[in-house]
Amino acid sequence: MSPIPFEHGLIVAGILFCLGIVGVLTRRNIVFVLMSLEVMLNACGLAFIVGAARWGNADGQVMFLMILTLAAAEVAVGLGLIIQIYRRFHTVDINVLSQMKG
Amino acid sequence: MLDLIWLLPTFPLLGFLILVLSSGQLSKKVVALVGAGSIGLSFLVAALIAVEFLNSGAEFYSMTAWTWMSVGQFTPGFTFYLDGLSLVMMLIITGVGFLIHLYSTGFMIDDPSYSRFFSYMNLFVASMLMLVLADNLVLLYLGWEGVGLCSYLLIGFWYDNPANGAAARKAFVVTRVGDTSMALGLFLLFAQLGTLNIQDLMGAAEANWTSGSGVAVAAALLLLGGAVGKSAQLPLQTWLPDAMAGPTPISALIHAATMVTAGVYLIARTHILFELAPTVQLLVAWIGLATLLMAGFTAMTQHDIKRILAYSTISQIGYMFLGLGVGAWSASVFHLMTHAFFKALLFLGAGTVILSLHHEHDIFKMGGKRKQLPVAFYSFLIGSLALAAFPFTSGFFSKDEILLGALALEGPGTWLWLGGVVGAFFTGIYSFRLVFVVFFGESQAHHDDKEVAGWNMAGPLFILMVLSLLGGFIHIPVESVFNHGEAHEEHHVSGLIHGIMIAVPLLGILVAYLFYGGRQLSADKLMANPLAAALHKFWFSHWGMDALYNTLFVRPFVYLAKLNRLDIIDQCYGLVVTLSRAGHGLLAKLQNGMLGWYAASLIFGLVLLMTLGVLL
Repeated sequence: MSPIPFEHGLIVAGILFCLGIVGVLTRRNIVFVLMSLEVMLNACGLAFIVGAARWGNADGQVMFLMILTLAAAEVAVGLGLIIQIYRRFHTVDINVLSQMKG
Repeated sequence: MLDLIWLLPTFPLLGFLILVLSSGQLSKKVVALVGAGSIGLSFLVAALIAVEFLNSGAEFYSMTAWTWMSVGQFTPGFTFYLDGLSLVMMLIITGVGFLIHLYSTGFMIDDPSYSRFFSYMNLFVASMLMLVLADNLVLLYLGWEGVGLCSYLLIGFWYDNPANGAAARKAFVVTRVGDTSMALGLFLLFAQLGTLNIQDLMGAAEANWTSGSGVAVAAALLLLGGAVGKSAQLPLQTWLPDAMAGPTPISALIHAATMVTAGVYLIARTHILFELAPTVQLLVAWIGLATLLMAGFTAMTQHDIKRILAYSTISQIGYMFLGLGVGAWSASVFHLMTHAFFKALLFLGAGTVILSLHHEHDIFKMGGKRKQLPVAFYSFLIGSLALAAFPFTSGFFSKDEILLGALALEGPGTWLWLGGVVGAFFTGIYSFRLVFVVFFGESQAHHDDKEVAGWNMAGPLFILMVLSLLGGFIHIPVESVFNHGEAHEEHHVSGLIHGIMIAVPLLGILVAYLFYGGRQLSADKLMANPLAAALHKFWFSHWGMDALYNTLFVRPFVYLAKLNRLDIIDQCYGLVVTLSRAGHGLLAKLQNGMLGWYAASLIFGLVLLMTLGVLL
C-alpha cells in the first residue's frame, strides 16, 4: 500500500478547517459553535501530523498532543460557561446573547 | 531699625491671611483687632522707621528681602526702597489707613461680611505699601494690580445689588485700559534700557536719551496712560463716580486718600523720564487742568453726597497733575498728603451722615443737620474749608504751592494758573454748597435720627480734623528726591497774585452762601432759564462722558459680542468634535455583541492579511 500523498492530507485538513469556519459563522446554537471550533482545532492537528509524517519530524506530533490537551481544557471551560449561560438566560442562541454591544 | 521695613507690607498681609483663612469664623471683636491692629502695627513701624531715617540724614535706604525671579540680566526682587517720597507715601497709607480702619470697625459693625471687609482692606494696604516701597517697576506693577483688584472687590462689596457689581466691573475695565498702557511702557523701557530698577532706569534714561527724543516721549506717554487710568483723570475718569457704590470707608481709603493718588506717585517717581519728554509733561498739566475744571463743574450739579465728593476728588487729583505738569513735584506730593487728610475726613464725615440717616445719599433730603449730627458737621466744615483752600488750612498751602508753580512756568503757565484759580472758585462753591444744604436751613427729612458716632468713629474724625487744619505746616522731606530738576530760587510774586488766590475760594464760598445759605439767590430761578437748565443737565451727566463712551465703546462692543454669540473661531473646534462623534458612532456599530459577526471580522482580517502576505 502506497502511502497517502502529502497533498491529500493537507486538502482534507483544509476542508475540515473551512467546514469548521462555516459552522462557527452560521450556527446559532452555542454548543454547535463550540463543536465547530473543535473541528477547526482538529483540522490544525491533522495538518501538523501530515507535516510530521512528510518530513519525519517528531515536532508535529508533539504539537498535536499539545492541541489535544488545549482542546480538552477549552471544552471543559467552554461547556462550563455554556451551562452557566443557559442557567442564567435560558437560551443558547448567540444572537440573543448580544448584551455586550455598543 | 531700617531693616525692619519689610514688616510694613507683611503685617497687613498676615492680617489678610488670618482673616481669609478663618473664613468668617472669628468673632467681630477679634476681626476688628486683627484688621485694624495689623495696620496699627504697620503704622508704628513706619513711624519708627521715619524717625530713624530722617535722623540718619541718608538720601535713601534700600533693602532686598529676596529675589523674585532671575532671568539672565533681569532680576527683579522684593526690594524696598525708602526715600523722602516713599516715606511720605508710606506714612500717609499706614497713618490715614489706620484711622480709616479704626473708623470702619464702627461703621461696618452691622454688616454680616465684617471679616471679608477687613480682609480686603488689609490686602489693599499691603499692595499699596508694596507699590510705594518698590524699588523696581515690576514690584510696583504687582502692587499696582493688587490695589486694582482690591478696588474691584471692595466696590462690589455689596454684590447682591447688580448695580454695584456693574460699577466694580466698570472700574476694573476702565483702569485696565490704563494698566495695559503702563505694561507696554514697562516693556518699552526694558527693551530700550535693559533694566526696570527705577533708579538705574532714571540714570540710564538721562544718560542715553536726549530731551524730547521719540522713545522718551513714547515711554512717558505710556506711563502717563497708566497714571490717568489709576488716578481717574481725563479721559479715563468715568469709573470713579460709580466706584462710590462701595462702602464709604472704602471711598475714603481707596478712592480718595491712597489708591487714586498712585498715578501721581508714579509720575513723581519717574519724574526724570517726564522731564526728558517736555511735551508729555506739559500734556500732564493740561490733562490735570481739563479734568479739574470738568469735575468742578460736575460737582456743582450733583446731589448725591458721595458723588459730589467723588468729583471733587477727581478735581483735586487734577490739581496734583497740574502741579506735576509744571514741574512743581514737591507741591504735588504735598497736595497729595493734605488731600489725603481732608478728603478722608470728608468721606468719613459723609459716612457718619449716611449711616446716621439710614443710608440717605441725597443732600436735598437732609438739611439743618447741624445740631443733629455735630461731629459730622465739624468734620464737613473743617474738611470743606481745607478743600476750598481757606487761608491757613492745609489745602491752602498745598494748592498755593501748585498754583505758584504753574505761574512760574514760562509760556502757558499763566493760562494754567488762571484755570487753576477758576477751579478753586468752583471748589469753594461745590464744597460749601454741600455744607449749606446738608447742615443749614430747614430739616427736610430724617428729623429724629441720632448721630452714630462711637469713640472708634469719632476719634479718627477728630485726628483728621486736626491734620486737615494744621497739615499745611508739616514739612515733607522730598527735596533730595526732586532737587535734581526743581528750580530753587524763590518765586517773587506780587501781593496782588496772593490776594487773588486767597480771595477766589472765599468768593466761591460766598456764592454758595448766597444760593444755599442765605437764599438771597435761588438756584430754582436760575434753572428756569432753559440754557441754564440744559447746561445743568449737561454738567450733571459729567459732560456726557458716560453716554459718549457708551456709544463709542460699550455699544459697539456689545453689538460685536452679540454678532459673535456662537463664537466663529469656536466653530472650527466644534468641527473636530462633530467628526470624532461621527467616527465614534461608526466604530460603536461594529461592537454589536454578535459573536458570529466578531468571528467573521476576525476571519476577514486574517484572509486579508494572508492575501497581502502572498501578493506582496
